[in-house]
Amino acid sequence: MTTTLTRGRPGTDPARTPDRSRGGALRRALARNLRAHAFLIGALLCFALFTWYPMVREIVMSFQKVRYGETHWVGLDNFRQIFADPEFWPAWRHTLEYTGIALVFGFVAPFVTAIVINEFRHAQSYLRILVYLPVMLPPVAGILLFKYFMDPGYGLFNQILEFLHLPTSSWLASQDTAMFSLVIVSTWANMGSATLVYLAALQSIPGELYEAAELDGAGLLRRIWHVTVPQTRLILSLMLMLQVVATMQMFTESFVLTGGGPQGSTTTVVYMLYNYAFNFDKFNTAAALGVVLLLVLGAFSALYLWLDRRGGEE
Amino acid sequence: MSKPVHSGTRTLISPVRLNQPAGRRIYRAVLALTLAVATLVFIGPLYWMATGGFKSSRELIQTPPTLVPEHPSTHAFTEAWNRLDMGQLLLNTVVYAGGALLLQLTFCVAAAYSLSKLRPIFGNVILGMMLASMMIPAAALVIPQYLTVLDLPLIHVNLMNTPWVIWLPTVANAFNVFLLKRFFDSIPNELLDAAAIDGAGPLRTLRSVILPLSRPILGVVSIFGLVAVWKDFLWPLITVPEHETLNVGVNTAATSMPQNTLIAGLFLASIPTIALFLVFQRNIMAGLTAGSLKG
Repeated sequence: MTTTLTRGRPGTDPARTPDRSRGGALRRALARNLRAHAFLIGALLCFALFTWYPMVREIVMSFQKVRYGETHWVGLDNFRQIFADPEFWPAWRHTLEYTGIALVFGFVAPFVTAIVINEFRHAQSYLRILVYLPVMLPPVAGILLFKYFMDPGYGLFNQILEFLHLPTSSWLASQDTAMFSLVIVSTWANMGSATLVYLAALQSIPGELYEAAELDGAGLLRRIWHVTVPQTRLILSLMLMLQVVATMQMFTESFVLTGGGPQGSTTTVVYMLYNYAFNFDKFNTAAALGVVLLLVLGAFSALYLWLDRRGGEE
Repeated sequence: MSKPVHSGTRTLISPVRLNQPAGRRIYRAVLALTLAVATLVFIGPLYWMATGGFKSSRELIQTPPTLVPEHPSTHAFTEAWNRLDMGQLLLNTVVYAGGALLLQLTFCVAAAYSLSKLRPIFGNVILGMMLASMMIPAAALVIPQYLTVLDLPLIHVNLMNTPWVIWLPTVANAFNVFLLKRFFDSIPNELLDAAAIDGAGPLRTLRSVILPLSRPILGVVSIFGLVAVWKDFLWPLITVPEHETLNVGVNTAATSMPQNTLIAGLFLASIPTIALFLVFQRNIMAGLTAGSLKG
């Protein structure tokens, strides 16, 4: 114990500290800081190596090209190349399409589910476990499972539609429905986490608000619109932003389920980035595309923060 | 007269309305319908997957599908286990996830403790820079990260196909540091002062004062850390092609296997995390809500 005292905390030993000069105070502060930074160093190195440095490197790379093993500065060449790529705008369109459909389903479904579950006084924990189960599956398992359900020939979905005398769909096999099908899979697989977050938010709404609304004659839907939604506004808008940022980076679903097809209809921006780097060996072009993605999502996040702050001031 | 169905705090629907005979009937009907639909939607696919492995490939695609396998056989499971080299895939994934968890706990806890209690100069700047990294879309940084692990700066080591390539980047998790720091902030400084008077150094204070108090948050961070590695796809796909994770390995083999074997493989691959969830579901649920902001 005594050894720790003298070795570990030299500055705080009360017997030694009084009437020391400013040099002593400085040394103590230094020792304290050194110790504090020693605790930080591991995480700091990892952040530097895998976040901060790659960030800078990506920007530098996007202005360079490698020819015959030598690196050259090429100005905006990489950017010109990606903008000229006939796949560039379609990739953005597919990405936005996915994000858009995912918002309609993936954003609304968990909120509605949470509202319904919250009304029950029975089986709540069972329902919570149910919706969260798919979140725990390895994504590839869930995705490949749905590949079977969505087979246009023998798939379960078409069998059910046929049984109900409804028109069947070609699901992943057609350009028109492929993206929509991807959204179904990812909504099923991921809605559990959002549902639980909303449930927690719903449970903190004071009951008197509903009571007052009801006395004012507000029906069920009006109570949802005028009490539930405003009371969960903060968490709703945060989840909205997180979901947009996450869906704009969609890759796994396309890669595993459709390979970007049919006819490139599910090739997203990140998929294109992956192709540049790992199929065409054009790392610098891929980096330029990464910078564009960074700028677009950065602008979106900044817009969100700005709107959020303005909303808070009102 | 049966018991009132509604108790506790009031929600969207008033307890009075709910306790009228009509209200009670509607409540029961909606509850039953929800339970049926939710079970079908969320358990149905899993049931189909679990039983699919017991069917033959022909039975798997027949119309209409069978609810219970006609001639149940475990052949597809043993086949999937062998052809996928499932034991190896599982071992790889466990090593990646376990190591990542260990490193994350060590370094993120130490960093959060330093930022919260030891308060180094520039601590707030460092925390700010960490949090700012949360705004960077992960997929956009994959290229420079990949080139970095091919040839680490200064020491020029190639981490490809080693567990380090999975382990180290998971430490750079700003959300973990933030969650832990916020929790440590709530631990009163008087406790630390008392420990210091008893002669405990910072490491000892961390070990015998902070950590025992932080069990709930450590549980949250651990579960999310494990699951994140278990679910990741793009990063292991490009960095450990020779020692694939369960996720990547199943996908690689998917095209070359009979259908019932693949379905059996999917089921086997799903068991570990589903089991983990069912055992720890209480903690996971609590963690999810602790990790989210208050609405």
